[in-house]
Amino acid sequence: MSEQALQVNNLWKIFGKGADKIIGSPDADLSRADLKEKTGCVVGIKDVSFDVAPGEVFVVMGLSGSGKSTLIRMLTRLIDPTAGEIMMGGRDVVKASDSELRDLRRTHTSMVFQHFGLLPHRQVIDNVAYGLEVRGVGKKERRDKAMEIVELVGLKGYDKSYPDQLSGGMQQRVGLARALANDPEMLLFDEPFSALDPLIRRDMQNEVIRLHRELGKTMVFITHDLAEALKLGDRILILRDGEIIQVGTPDEVVAQPADDYVKDFVSEVPKAHVLTLKWVMRDPRPGESLEGPSLPVDTIVRQAARTAIASDHPIRVMDGDTMLGVVDEEDIMRVVVAEEES
Amino acid sequence: MTATLSPPAPKPVEPGAAPPAEERTSVSRWIPAVVVLALWIVVWVFTRGDDTLALPGTSRTDLHDRLTEFQNDLLAGRSTNPLMQFTNSIADALRSAVEWLQRMIVLPNFPRPVPEVGWLGVVAIATYVGLVVANWRIALLVAGSFLSFGVFGFWQDSLDLLIITGISVLLAVVIGIPLGVMIGTSQRANQVVTPFLDFMQTMPTFVYLLPIVLFFGIGPSAAVVSTLIYALPPLIRIAGFGIREVSATTVEATDSAGQTYWQRLRKVQLPMARKTIIVGLNQTTLAALSMATLAAFVNGPGLGKPVLAGLRINDVGTAFVPGALIVVMAVMLDRTTTAASERAEKVARGGGGDVRVRRGLLIGGGIATVVAVYLSRTYVSLAEFPTYSVGDSAASAVSDAVDWFTSTFGGATEWVKDLITNQFLNRTQALLADSPWWLAFVAITVLAYVFGGVRATISTIVCLAGIWYFDLWHDAMITLNMTLVATVLVMILALVFGVWMARDRRVDLGIRPLLDAGQTIPPFVYLIPVLALFGPSRFTAITAGIVYAAPAAIKLVADGVKAVSPTTIEAGRSTGQTTWQEITKVQLPMAKGSIVLATNQGLLYVLAMTVIGGLVGAGALGYDVVYGFARSEAWGKGLAAGITIVLLGVMLDRITRAAADMRRDDGPGSRRAFNVRLPIGPPR
Repeated sequence: MSEQALQVNNLWKIFGKGADKIIGSPDADLSRADLKEKTGCVVGIKDVSFDVAPGEVFVVMGLSGSGKSTLIRMLTRLIDPTAGEIMMGGRDVVKASDSELRDLRRTHTSMVFQHFGLLPHRQVIDNVAYGLEVRGVGKKERRDKAMEIVELVGLKGYDKSYPDQLSGGMQQRVGLARALANDPEMLLFDEPFSALDPLIRRDMQNEVIRLHRELGKTMVFITHDLAEALKLGDRILILRDGEIIQVGTPDEVVAQPADDYVKDFVSEVPKAHVLTLKWVMRDPRPGESLEGPSLPVDTIVRQAARTAIASDHPIRVMDGDTMLGVVDEEDIMRVVVAEEES
Repeated sequence: MTATLSPPAPKPVEPGAAPPAEERTSVSRWIPAVVVLALWIVVWVFTRGDDTLALPGTSRTDLHDRLTEFQNDLLAGRSTNPLMQFTNSIADALRSAVEWLQRMIVLPNFPRPVPEVGWLGVVAIATYVGLVVANWRIALLVAGSFLSFGVFGFWQDSLDLLIITGISVLLAVVIGIPLGVMIGTSQRANQVVTPFLDFMQTMPTFVYLLPIVLFFGIGPSAAVVSTLIYALPPLIRIAGFGIREVSATTVEATDSAGQTYWQRLRKVQLPMARKTIIVGLNQTTLAALSMATLAAFVNGPGLGKPVLAGLRINDVGTAFVPGALIVVMAVMLDRTTTAASERAEKVARGGGGDVRVRRGLLIGGGIATVVAVYLSRTYVSLAEFPTYSVGDSAASAVSDAVDWFTSTFGGATEWVKDLITNQFLNRTQALLADSPWWLAFVAITVLAYVFGGVRATISTIVCLAGIWYFDLWHDAMITLNMTLVATVLVMILALVFGVWMARDRRVDLGIRPLLDAGQTIPPFVYLIPVLALFGPSRFTAITAGIVYAAPAAIKLVADGVKAVSPTTIEAGRSTGQTTWQEITKVQLPMAKGSIVLATNQGLLYVLAMTVIGGLVGAGALGYDVVYGFARSEAWGKGLAAGITIVLLGVMLDRITRAAADMRRDDGPGSRRAFNVRLPIGPPR
């Protein structure tokens, strides 16, 4: 179990007076609105548990008010949880003392914020070096390190600028650099690209994908944008009113929405871009030809389309050497066309 | 150190919740107000002149004599009362600090016949300070100002005033910045400190002089203490505000890097609030200067003394030159602190010009200063400022000009004065002051309820009961009347100019510097030109009050109207509204919070001024206080008048604040604005 990068067990956050008395009482089962009516307390996060594997990009998705920002802040106790357990780096964050917590924030995690949170009175280089500075790293050393990171995020030549001289996208690169400068085990992103315009957002998403490939850090990523979640996430957690609705890989979420809420969410997604053959394959019909080309089970439907059209025989869907099923042109067309109709 | 976020504000409407209940449509508050006024007038017609509780100017009541006795007892027990011993030892320390500085730069330091540093040295040091903190232009301004102090014959008074101001500002910084940090970082500290600050700022300056004299004696110590009390609140407030305004995201982001409390304060909060804190310092310096001037009433050294002497005998010529020098000093201090903050900003951002040129300038200036100090210690002529007759001739020229003006335009100014006095002032005064006290009491209370609701009513009843208790009801009503009339006039000015400024940027750019300048001038000085125009009368005090209060009120209204969202205005225009409709239906209603705030500020400023106006024939409470200063047997009456003024101030403040809170459309913005006063600066 301890090889998980992050383990969250039965995490609760209730805002308001007497919040800790609610958990475990029958009131805890009330809906958010009813609880507010009855006790004046507001549920932020309700009994949430999940694991994140090392090197995984774990996306938490939900609409505003779903509790996702509260959730990520509790991971480093920027907001104190009401109850629960957060295991990270072999210790329980919830029980950590002030100095342990400070140590965790200084060395283990770093966070990127939606509105950047840069220091306007400091140059880019000193913003990036801030984490090292509070840790007590000497000026020369921290600036050298910060300089490396500034180059890594593509801000070379802007190290002497002030934040207000940079565009939004560049400011967020500074935020990203500041997070990376600590060389943390885990990066936390709180809707980092929501304030950016679409083209810049795409660039930044690609930047995150590149950095993840190069550095292999564990990431917890908050977003309200499903496309972003599908693009970046190894797994996605969908949150509503502080409760987990579904956890799964992008194709699981699209193919098997847990309820109408999620279904509504994913209805606009171009399914052929997300679903893998796993979700469209079927058992071969009696007498069907098994001469067709073979593709791995995690191939995206869209990528399989060309092969299917070119081949007269159904595609064999393989997991290693075992054949799991087949998929023909018609099966694939059904996915592509169905979404055009909706 | 863990940071906590406040819980997110609940969403206005939960999905699926029932639609909000329809609000009771409220009648405009003006209709019941007019009804109350009409009833008041009807009852007044039958009862006027009964039970007005009028007390002639020189007579006292038993209560007043008891207060005087109380003072005498306290003074008699000075050597045994621990509180008095404590305040006396503070007074001694302050006095010796002031005297030490005086011996350094103005008074002969025995056995030397001259101070340690003569005038040339003082001018050189001041100029050099201007150069170091700002630039050569400011240095020239400082040098010119200092020379003018001497040339016009007020060298010692000017330096005394600077010493009092300087010591007070220094103490204000030492006490105020930590308190500002406290209220900026701790919600609880803020809740504890804010009511005190409110109270200190509601109190007209003049009033706390009497108790201060009791505890700190007269002279420099009382001057420093009263100046400190007056100058401290703006600094605490603005510093706290600056720290609280630091972006929550930035604090959170840096917290997430694992900083300690002190790292957060030193590296994030203070640097980000620095600009605001320096604005606070500027405000504090100017507030200190204006109070240090007024401290002449308690025999505080400085330029206020000759002004006061001139005003006492209604001699404009005598008061004019020191008054003008006070303005010079205010401009100098304002420009220097502003330029210093601009320079600090530039340097922090890597600007600030060629480092080598500046270093050369600083070294050269430093050497020149040392030489000047040496010379001023060596030659008597460079130590004692030579006597010029410029000041005297300026004074007599002003006297002549005033005489000429009065004889030429006297008719016109008299006409204006009589018109306003007879048509406006006397009529409302007749209603307020000639009503039986119980009638005015009830009427004011009901009006407070109409405008401010229950809480304001309770405050009003308490304040009115207090006023009644202190036996100065009639005087209080006269002062209240002057305050209200002047405030109405201030608000007319504020609405006209405020809307005009908000709608026309060129007007704003033209008028705002005048208003800024108006706000930097100590109130005391305003009395001089107004006195020249109208001679001693109630109207003079009111006019001075209007001149004093108008700049702040105009700026508040202008900024409020300007803050109306351009989208809303655009949307209105797209419906085809006229300019008049745009002003009356969109801009003014949306700026209501600012307008109420401007009224609040206008009332308090005018009240402060009508009290000082006791000097120039305003009579009533202001006169009672001045009388209390002048005659030891009337001390008790003066104190009672002072307390009555405070009660009036608190009452007016509570009612207007409550009126602002009752408006549901202006949100927390206006209330926050109550906490930071006197916005000074270029148009936004």
